[in-house]
Amino acid sequence: MSGASRLPEGPHVGGVPHNDDGVPEPGEMGGIPRGPEAAPPRPPVAHALRDAGISALVALGLFVPLVGLRTDVGPGGGGLILRTRWADVAILVAIVFAGRLAMNLWSAYRPAKKPRTVLRTAQIARIGTFVAPLFLGFAVLMPLLPWTTRYGLDLGVLVLTYVMLGWGLNIVVGLAGLLDLGYVAFYAVGAYTYALLSTTYGLSFWVCLPLAGIFAAFAGVLLGFPVLRLRGDYLAIVTLAFGEIIRVVLLNWVSLTGGPNGISGIPRPSFFGLSFSAGGGPGTFSDFFGLEPSPTHRAVFLYYLILVLALLTNWVTIRLRRQPLGRAWEALREDEIACRALGINVTNTKLTAFAIGAMFGGFAGAFFATRQAFVSPESFTFIESAIILAIVVLGGLGSQLGVAIAALVLIGGFEAFRDLEEYRMLVFGAAMVVIMVWRPRGLVSTRRPSVALGERRAISGDLVGEGHG
Amino acid sequence: MSAPSHAPRDVPILEVRELVMRFGGLTAVNHVTFNAMAGDITAVIGPNGAGKTTVFNLITGFYKPSAGEIILHGPGGQKPLHATVGHRIAQSGVARTFQNIRLFPGMTVLENLLVAQHNTLQAATGFGIAAVLGLGRYRQAEREAVALARRWLEATRLIERADDPAGALPYGAQRRLEIARAMCTNPVLLCLDEPAAGLNPRESEELAELIQLIRAEGCSILLIEHDMGVVMRISDRVVVLDHGRKIADGTPAAVRADERVIAAYLGEGDEDDAPAAPAPEGVA
Repeated sequence: MSGASRLPEGPHVGGVPHNDDGVPEPGEMGGIPRGPEAAPPRPPVAHALRDAGISALVALGLFVPLVGLRTDVGPGGGGLILRTRWADVAILVAIVFAGRLAMNLWSAYRPAKKPRTVLRTAQIARIGTFVAPLFLGFAVLMPLLPWTTRYGLDLGVLVLTYVMLGWGLNIVVGLAGLLDLGYVAFYAVGAYTYALLSTTYGLSFWVCLPLAGIFAAFAGVLLGFPVLRLRGDYLAIVTLAFGEIIRVVLLNWVSLTGGPNGISGIPRPSFFGLSFSAGGGPGTFSDFFGLEPSPTHRAVFLYYLILVLALLTNWVTIRLRRQPLGRAWEALREDEIACRALGINVTNTKLTAFAIGAMFGGFAGAFFATRQAFVSPESFTFIESAIILAIVVLGGLGSQLGVAIAALVLIGGFEAFRDLEEYRMLVFGAAMVVIMVWRPRGLVSTRRPSVALGERRAISGDLVGEGHG
Repeated sequence: MSAPSHAPRDVPILEVRELVMRFGGLTAVNHVTFNAMAGDITAVIGPNGAGKTTVFNLITGFYKPSAGEIILHGPGGQKPLHATVGHRIAQSGVARTFQNIRLFPGMTVLENLLVAQHNTLQAATGFGIAAVLGLGRYRQAEREAVALARRWLEATRLIERADDPAGALPYGAQRRLEIARAMCTNPVLLCLDEPAAGLNPRESEELAELIQLIRAEGCSILLIEHDMGVVMRISDRVVVLDHGRKIADGTPAAVRADERVIAAYLGEGDEDDAPAAPAPEGVA
């Protein structure tokens, strides 16, 4: 075939070509006449006041029974007495009035929103290329920084565990578009695999790690088969049930898993055969390197271990995205029927996504078991799955950087708000709502193409599919 | 219309025999038999609801026929498509497009074309492991895949938009991209489901040229179309369906003169609309 030369450019219909940019050029025919753009009428202050007044009335109606009236146990424990707190009600209503008024005035008088220009998008993309190496550099250097405390190190390990789980789930949910609400099941399979193999057969962590991954991947395929035909909500429900099944089996198979008592005394990992015993002595890490025995050594080692595991997950995912398999996952998320028409085996493609995602969950589980030295079904409840899914959704489906930032914000933030005590969950929930309203497609919503003839340009999240299961 | 020299005209590429498809009590396709000849453009026309798209879905494995046979005479010998699962049908050389365009809108134009070459590329990755490690023949295979994609992008005049997301293309370009994507699977039979729907006259014209170009490549074409101008001009053979039955089968001229076809579909006035002259010089 000789390519384009066979297809001559057709003649332009009509005289002077009309380019559809809406701007009439000299001599160009047609086009919509464009007058000076009328400024949108701004709602006056009166409107803002009226709206705020209505909000205050609604608030009054709500707060009078909720806050204004309160029953307390009377003196001497005899009966209830009714207390009124009208001052509190007045303050709350005033806050609502002022807040609503401020919002209205802001929306009326704020400067017109500038449309996002190409330049701005390019700037953001450039910042994006710096952010990832910056995070990586910080992650690598963190244990060496002088002001890093033991608490900071443990927090880092926790965050990195969730980063790894988020990246693992990102393969299933973000790339393949299969909504999985039972991801923690694979985490549990990995953790129990290591716990059982090491306590029963005395296998070392390094032997058990790949085995944990293989067992978890097997569990992923096991889950994958029955749910292949399901999509969307139905898939989510079945994966949720799968997660619960695994937890309930762990809870009730007492002879194998110890039931609710869990498995304790799980061996800690060793550094090429050197153990991290706090007491020192021959054959330990501190003895071999001539260091003062310190429990920090193990913490640092665990930190780097999970960092390497997480980076492995990231590296494999990034590589796979550029492979036919990764592209098939993303194509599956975009349109499953078209995939089938192109000869892609949809069954196998979905199963590989489940298996590979589960494998990384299993690695993370083995790490969890060796770090805690104790596993019990309590660690693998539905809320864990929900948090991991929240990390992926908050970060942006399919975005590696977004997931890492989301894990940091979510898990780190959870710790940072510890001082707020009982208000912690409130602040945490509100923060999540705000982030999702502000960025409905996650922190990083754009998608980078896996291949390009020229320059790789990020694709707007509006075009990228979210998957239908 | 001058016979192209590249392929014999009397060998079928696809045989459809006594095909029946029932949905509950409704018989959408009722004992339809026709052949699509190798190297031909075979059009399937008929009023809405005649069962055209159902026939397509049966040929491409999206439905299983209630009865009847579909035989593909591909490069690997005869293949009974009625007993083959969907993705294997595509692998044996039957590509299709959809009436309502089904691209991967969040992926670039080039990525769309590489997904189409999934099976070729996957074979070169060594179960994915070699490719993840950056080993093996994968780089070479990907270069070849990009070259094939580039060729079809040039043929469909989409090369300028190769790195744009498919969802951002205008409608006509999306139609062309879907055809380019189907061609990247290296098919022997291309099934086009209303490719001219929603195109303006100039775009239809270009589409007809593209289809003829594809035929010149040696790919046979099965076409559902309502644009009679396109159908009558480019097809070698026209199959007319009505209420799930075949009511006519022959050359465009013969079909246009058929009274039953006129009554069921074309109508009296349509003859004036159809272009009087056949395709201009040089079809292939």
